[in-house]
Amino acid sequence: MTEAGWAYTDAVKEHFMNPKNILMDEDNYEEDGRGLTGNVKCGDEMIVVIKVDKEKGTITDCRWKTFGCASAIASTSVLSEMVKGMKLDDAYHLSSKDINRELGGLPEHKVHCSVLGDKALRMAINDYYLRNGMDDKVKKEEERVVCTCMNITDQEIEHAVLEGARTFYELQEMTKVGTGCGECEQEVTELLETYKNKHFCEV
Amino acid sequence: MSGRQIYMDNNATTPLHPEVKKTMIEAMDVFGNPSSLHGFGRHARQLVEAAREKVASFIGSLPEEIMFVASGSEGNNTVLSALTCQREQCAYHRAGVNEIITSTIEHPCVLETSRCLSERGIDVSYLDVDQYGKVSLEQLRELLSERTGLVSVMMANNEIGTIQDIKGIAEIVHEQGAVFHTDAVQAVGKIPVNVRELDVDFLTLSGHKMYGPKGIGALYVKKGAPFCPLIRGGHQERGRRAGTENTLGIIGLGKAIEMRSQEMKSDEKHLLEMKTALKKGIEENIPDVRFVGHPSDCIPNTLNVSFEGAEGEAIILYLDLEGIAVSTGSACASGSLDPSHVILATGLPAECAHGSIRISLGRENTMEEIGYVIDTLPRVIGKIRDMSTVYGRRKQ
Repeated sequence: MTEAGWAYTDAVKEHFMNPKNILMDEDNYEEDGRGLTGNVKCGDEMIVVIKVDKEKGTITDCRWKTFGCASAIASTSVLSEMVKGMKLDDAYHLSSKDINRELGGLPEHKVHCSVLGDKALRMAINDYYLRNGMDDKVKKEEERVVCTCMNITDQEIEHAVLEGARTFYELQEMTKVGTGCGECEQEVTELLETYKNKHFCEV
Repeated sequence: MSGRQIYMDNNATTPLHPEVKKTMIEAMDVFGNPSSLHGFGRHARQLVEAAREKVASFIGSLPEEIMFVASGSEGNNTVLSALTCQREQCAYHRAGVNEIITSTIEHPCVLETSRCLSERGIDVSYLDVDQYGKVSLEQLRELLSERTGLVSVMMANNEIGTIQDIKGIAEIVHEQGAVFHTDAVQAVGKIPVNVRELDVDFLTLSGHKMYGPKGIGALYVKKGAPFCPLIRGGHQERGRRAGTENTLGIIGLGKAIEMRSQEMKSDEKHLLEMKTALKKGIEENIPDVRFVGHPSDCIPNTLNVSFEGAEGEAIILYLDLEGIAVSTGSACASGSLDPSHVILATGLPAECAHGSIRISLGRENTMEEIGYVIDTLPRVIGKIRDMSTVYGRRKQ
């Protein structure tokens, strides 16, 4: 009976039921990099830690912890499997879309729960670079104001897309972007398409 | 994963009572339009009116004070929306009366409608609740004025089960000359409700919350209370709600209420025993839990509990895999960003609201099922806490 209502794929279900690579003994885990993102007040928080083969520049182990829903658990679990053996640079560029593909697709309103894991991973990779004096390799995700009237940044637009905005109008409803002079409409529309393509795959 | 299925989400909806099902199957052949004068119509009319009498007698009203609606939401919308009627001949149209008072923990069908009304020029004030989910009569006195047209406060809350002092609220509202509505969707069928004793002007109830069918509810409108229809264009329900009557639903609701009048009392005892055992079992087997809702003024079937460091949607889905159906006020389950407005209104921090679940028992649950839940829940919460960024770490 419940099977019919289960909105998730078998892969999501498997990773949810048997999450891989949970950071159990945190005190004794010798990490090379750590990322923490999200906020318990908002209902989700994520820690990702990595071990790195410094010679090869590859991730040898990835562990995590979360205060989050089934999608956050499943997507981070699958991510922790995907990155093992991966070059730091490749791992850095993994997107929620890659994770979703591996999971066979999350329900659209759940995609925003899956971005925490890869965000925390990018933070962990940057943290590794910082700890090892490779500051030049740290990639910054800088915010850029797109709508100067309402002071809305590209990251806020990305966030709104993850929360379900699909049209310029919906973005306006959610963020107030472009409700002043309206000059940013074209740029916002382009960003909207970029973020839709970045996060949502055709499943 | 076990093959068993335990349903403990009875505040969302209830299974049909077997007697209701039987009555409805028989009634499926009743197709006449109750408004028709011929035999087919008269037969349908007779059954509709018999159901109306059952509903009326159960809540202590006159049959003509009961109108059938399609849902609790419709009943609530009908009462609230009437206040914006601008027609001078409308019973609702009273010069200078443009204010509604409701509470912060109402069902979304009241809160959304109130928000919409405020955009149409009605002033809406919200009563706060205390840590148990009770509104303050003092604050009500302060907010009431000669401009207040309507006060709407739910009788029992769907998420935490807290029962309000409806009689006390009605008294204060009437002193000021305003009318009072209560959304009693979660109360009628669970606790005794008598509209005369409570002295309410409007009361909403719903069929599918008391082992009746979905798509049917009733609105009590006190004789002489101002009324303005939401759905126009027909003489049905004494001109108060247009549309051919949902005969099958009405018959089902009538039967459901008849069964409640026979079984409510014994069910209450059974439900309280199960809830007490469940609460005790959770307290004894799981650390760091908080129960939300009033310890005594609470409907007998509802237990809302928050597990520190565990996210609600994850709890619900793990329990679902174990064959236990409950619900959550977690934001992630509803698809919104904010966790339950009810839990937040009781002053619990957001992180607790994200981790709260609602267990709402029903007449078909058994003590054996309670035992299974008590056996299962610690394992599920333990598993989630093991991977929690909040729980294990803070304890270290």
